[in-house]
Amino acid sequence: MTEKEKVIPIKTNAAKEVLIHGNEAVVEGAIAAGCRFFAGYPITPATEIAEGMSIRLPKIGGTFIQMEDEMASLGSVVGASLAGVKAMTATSGPGFSLMQEILGYACMIEVPCVVVDVMRGGPSTGLPTSPSQGDVMLARWGSHGTHPIIVLAVSTVEDCFDVTVTAFNFSEKFRTPVIVLSDEIVAHTREKVALPSADGVTIVNRIRPTVPAEWFQPYENTPGGVPPMAIYGDGYRYHTTGLIHDSRGFPTDKKEEIKTFYERIHKKISQRFHEIQIVKNFFTEDADIIIIAYGSVARSSLLAAKTARQNGLKVGLLQLVTLFPFPRKAVETVLRQSRAVIVPEMNLGQISREVKRVNAKHSAVITLNRVDSDLITPKEILAKIQEVV
Amino acid sequence: MARGTTVVHQYLRHDAIFPHVWCPGCGNGIVLGALIRAVHHLGYPKDEIVLVSGIGCSSRMPLYVDFNTLHTVHGRALTFATGIKLANSRLRVIVVMGDGDAVAIGGNHFIHAARRNMDLTAIILNNRIYGMTGGQSSPTTPYGMYSTTDPYSHIEPAFDISEMAACAGATFVARSTVYHAQLLQSLMEKAIPKKGFSVVEVITHCHVQFGRANKLGTHIDMMKRQRDQAVPVEKAQTMSPEELKDKIPIGILTDMVRPVYNEEYENLKKRAGLTN
Ligand SMILES: Cc1ncc(C[n+]2csc(CCOP(=O)(O)OP(=O)(O)O)c2C)c(N)n1
Repeated sequence: MTEKEKVIPIKTNAAKEVLIHGNEAVVEGAIAAGCRFFAGYPITPATEIAEGMSIRLPKIGGTFIQMEDEMASLGSVVGASLAGVKAMTATSGPGFSLMQEILGYACMIEVPCVVVDVMRGGPSTGLPTSPSQGDVMLARWGSHGTHPIIVLAVSTVEDCFDVTVTAFNFSEKFRTPVIVLSDEIVAHTREKVALPSADGVTIVNRIRPTVPAEWFQPYENTPGGVPPMAIYGDGYRYHTTGLIHDSRGFPTDKKEEIKTFYERIHKKISQRFHEIQIVKNFFTEDADIIIIAYGSVARSSLLAAKTARQNGLKVGLLQLVTLFPFPRKAVETVLRQSRAVIVPEMNLGQISREVKRVNAKHSAVITLNRVDSDLITPKEILAKIQEVV
Repeated sequence: MARGTTVVHQYLRHDAIFPHVWCPGCGNGIVLGALIRAVHHLGYPKDEIVLVSGIGCSSRMPLYVDFNTLHTVHGRALTFATGIKLANSRLRVIVVMGDGDAVAIGGNHFIHAARRNMDLTAIILNNRIYGMTGGQSSPTTPYGMYSTTDPYSHIEPAFDISEMAACAGATFVARSTVYHAQLLQSLMEKAIPKKGFSVVEVITHCHVQFGRANKLGTHIDMMKRQRDQAVPVEKAQTMSPEELKDKIPIGILTDMVRPVYNEEYENLKKRAGLTN
């Protein structure tokens, strides 16, 4: 039996073991990543992130502010980031819906920031204290217009730490908002995790310009597509607008410049798919039935896969940490080698649509969905495996 | 070039020719001129100024000036400004908004920035109409006036932006018209250095939308009306509500001292155990 895992390389030495829940681990991850500004508005099941930040940030010279709503929260997060401070907000479905316009603005002006959505049942007030994975497509397509975005999912408390650090690193590296999708189960599960010491975490910071101010082009079409980012007070005075802009940041309606803009903001992500698309493979090498899962459901899936193996079935799990850009290569690989993939989700089919989109008749894609406020158990997944067999 | 124009010239961006969104005769340029002269007189380096705006004709202002400039989304400029100021207190953050931007879609952010007494300066260009979208009513459109969404006349009472700012907790509130350009500049010179949330409401004209819909004549006619309607606040205090009907009190309406959010937070950090 092989257990191959593409580990997110952020932790080198673990310093202390603590018993915390997922939301607390997000706080720890954010602080370790260098987050020093948090703005939020209370909402179940995400509130503990704001509460944790309100305790921790002032002690280390950072700023916490409870804003008047979620639009204000993300607005001030973007403002803080423009002024050079790593910033984050956390919310759940109703608040995440409200943030969408400013999320698109952050994509447009290419400001690093992290938005955590601890998913609960929806739409509307839905099931405020119950788990869900209903916001997957909202995270990808919620804001209007054509834009790339990075969406990561957490499945364990340890993930909450690691993935939050990764989210900050991606946001700084690619100058983009990064969304962390958590869910009520991970958020409120307490488990023992080993938190690394401060110097045991790999941190990426945005590249700042070094050229003379008159040469600086804030939205220059660099080969990687990520221009250096000046922060206010640096002496590089420049314009930022949500209008489509040229390399100097000025609004444009020239077709050539519009095209360049869209191409660049997409290429900065698409050129780095290999780096951004994080997946974990469990027993997939020889598997002919493969579960594709993310979030807390990946945990149930892992147990189901292990049990199936004990029963002599060749079952594997492909856990998606990165949901978007959709890890097509990894998914295609398991589709090609398997006779069936099972996609369990706490919604009526969101990632399964992506899986079907890239399937090309290689494998049978079988969905397993639940939206009745309960988690998907390993037993249910096992039953589905038996059905397929 | 007149001296005033020379000063303004030094602060405009000259590295591109911008499409101009302001109609001939618009008051927005007068506000921009006053703002530039105020900053110049205050002697603040350009690098320290962040000029933030929302969406609207008035909110196009930052593009033209050589400061750190941020053109955000409709109604929420104050929230971005809040983050900027909290991230770097050395920056002087000035926020330009239209009336719709500040008190319709952005009304919640406006009262909360005032309540917190966030160390920001808000300049609100009140033309009593949605200019950019073509002349619909705003929360400051007076009762009985016409707009493209009030073909049978407006049946809602209007907000008094300055009064609302003062009630919500702003520590400096002043009003001018664009006709009183020098007063406007001097009010900005007081508002920008003021610690806490300071508001300058500027009554301006949109002769193209509001003026046309209500038969108020040209921009010159509308500026003459500003001149005739304006009364200094000191005088307004002695007038009855009847006498004040259709008048615009101009000058400093509120100037007080109240704890500023940014300083309160610095104290909070110490209570939380920050040592350095
Ligand atoms: C969320 C959102 N809703 C609506 C609009 C359309 N819109 C653009 S400007 C504007 C109103 C502008 O009026 P005002 O703020 O008074 O500024 P003015 O143009 O008069 O200077 C509106 C409604 C928008 N850009 N965003």
